[in-house]
Amino acid sequence: MRIGVVAWKELRQLRRDRPTLAMMAVLPVMQLLLFGYAINTDVRNIPMVVYDQDHSAASRDLSRSLEATGFYDVRGAVRNYAEIEDALRSSTAKVALVIPARYASHVATGRSAQVQLIVDGSDPQSVASATNTAASLVAARSSELIVRRLGPTGAVDDGPPISIEPSTWYNPDLRTAVFIVPGLVGVILTMTMVMLTAMAIVRERERGTLEQLIVSPIKNVELVVGKILPYIAIGYVQVTLILVAGRLIFDVPIVGSVLLLYALAFVFIAANLALGLFFSTVATTQQQAMQMSFFFLLPNILLSGFMFPYDAMPRPAQLIAEALPLTHFLRIVRGITLKGATFPDLAGELVWLAAILGALVLFASLRFRKRIA
Amino acid sequence: MTEAASAEAASAEPVIVTEHLSRRFGDLVAVQDVSLTVNRGEVFGVLGPNGAGKSTTIRMLCGILAPSGGRGTVVGHDVATEPEAIKQRIGYMTQRFSLYEDLSVWENLWFFAGIYGVPRKRRRARLDEVIERAGLGDRRTQLAGTLSGGWKQRVALASATIHQPPLLFLDEPTAGVDPVSRREFWDQIHRIATEGTTVLMTTHYMDEAERCHRLAFIFRGRLLDTGTPAQIVERRHLRAAELEVDRATDAADALRALPEVDAVAHYGNLLRIATRGDADPEQVARKALEPLGLTMRRYHEGRVTVEDAFVSMVADESRGAA
Repeated sequence: MRIGVVAWKELRQLRRDRPTLAMMAVLPVMQLLLFGYAINTDVRNIPMVVYDQDHSAASRDLSRSLEATGFYDVRGAVRNYAEIEDALRSSTAKVALVIPARYASHVATGRSAQVQLIVDGSDPQSVASATNTAASLVAARSSELIVRRLGPTGAVDDGPPISIEPSTWYNPDLRTAVFIVPGLVGVILTMTMVMLTAMAIVRERERGTLEQLIVSPIKNVELVVGKILPYIAIGYVQVTLILVAGRLIFDVPIVGSVLLLYALAFVFIAANLALGLFFSTVATTQQQAMQMSFFFLLPNILLSGFMFPYDAMPRPAQLIAEALPLTHFLRIVRGITLKGATFPDLAGELVWLAAILGALVLFASLRFRKRIA
Repeated sequence: MTEAASAEAASAEPVIVTEHLSRRFGDLVAVQDVSLTVNRGEVFGVLGPNGAGKSTTIRMLCGILAPSGGRGTVVGHDVATEPEAIKQRIGYMTQRFSLYEDLSVWENLWFFAGIYGVPRKRRRARLDEVIERAGLGDRRTQLAGTLSGGWKQRVALASATIHQPPLLFLDEPTAGVDPVSRREFWDQIHRIATEGTTVLMTTHYMDEAERCHRLAFIFRGRLLDTGTPAQIVERRHLRAAELEVDRATDAADALRALPEVDAVAHYGNLLRIATRGDADPEQVARKALEPLGLTMRRYHEGRVTVEDAFVSMVADESRGAA
């Protein structure tokens, strides 16, 4: 079988290509650590100053309980708004809590007490989640107090205090790593699959060996399949590497079926290989192939929902995102690993992915045939 | 050349036959009306300047480029309709020795054996045979990229013949190879041909052209002449001589001015002249040198080479076209 001997040759060459080999093994792990540790959108210990105008037990209780959430780190008390501004400007604090005078009495008599949270808007990401926490905490507290007050006077007995808490499913601690690591499976596959196939074929052209193959009885299909088979295997090794390392280092769960994930990953890998093949027909040097792959990677990282939420993107960006295989694969991989999604849940994404794959294969094979003749 | 004659007589079994084979790229006519026959066991040389259409011709014969006119049959298959059958039965080696530089000698051969469908069971034995034959035993595990030109060429030839093809195409196989390696290479080519493999090669080296059984001259896409080196030379009616003379440059100019003189070339102090129409070079030389008051210090008539014939043919053709 000619496919076999081509794959064998490709592996032999790969074995001698230490830099590429190292890149393929180190890249996933490095990215995992980088994205897992460095990119952390769940913010903890935000420095906070407190401007307590009330100096009551209730006001002290509020600031203490905010600190107890772990999101805030009280750095000190201030006495006026000017000091708040100083603190924010010098970044000694990112958040200031202002508790109005007569907070305690307002709360006790059931009138609304407005607590102010002043945030440093120049760092929106770190502050956004903190604001949410504070809001839910304050809301919970007031409803708690309302229930307490109603008890003795109303018809209802002094029942247990009710507290309202937002609840998050699938990733209760809202840890970024849980979100990022499965996504990384898709990003790494995009990066290596596209680049390696493009380069593997361009290399043959660049070195003149393609000419030797064209005059041989080998068919295009045999050549292409033989060349990319080893890279598919490498892709699966990378997927496994990321999932295992994600589990061990970041405790990222895999709730759903790994088998289903591997099966659906095949469609995604195939789509990337087809794209790599297409790039190989455009690029004339390995360097060009590499540059094209990186150029393609950027919109993938930005638009696919890997880092930035798809729902927050404007409509045109969403449309572009829908055309990227990674967008659909991210939904699949996150669905399976985090939510335990099953095949029917993902059928829609699979259809999309298959459609993109079909289009790419058609495109790539048309161009490939033309270029090779 | 008696060798050529015997090869032709022994087996006039055509391996390549073309009739008015043509190829155009848009308005450019790369190959026009090339009709030739190559017989089994021949070493057939295709000569011509760069861009003459040699490579296009070879590409059509290999089945990787469809002709836009005429017909061609290679190893019994039509070049236009059965290219895959042709590819299976030919070997092909280019000037650039398209080996995988990051694979060892053995790995390269194993790969090409696989590509050309040498059965797995026989592959190992076939490789041993080829390696033994090319004297590559000590270099089995050496990476092809670290071999010198001559050794690369041996590996390339071994790869191209790994499946024992009845027909071998060599596209300028000796370009950039040292003279000793070239000589060895030619010994191998003749051994292969003696065993019944037909060889079609392009070359720039005229001394190599002399080593072919038969030749074809291609110029501006057209076939100018085909035949044994002796026939080609004979048909030009040339005579050649070498002479030593003072003021060689002036002498050369005077010689070139004469209509009987086909070409003059400098070899250090020597001038080599070729005369047309079987004119006696000695008389022609005297006629040119006397007005300048020059006498020849040395003179001897030489053999007319394929190069002389080639230069003369190209010159005629250029004049005709201009």
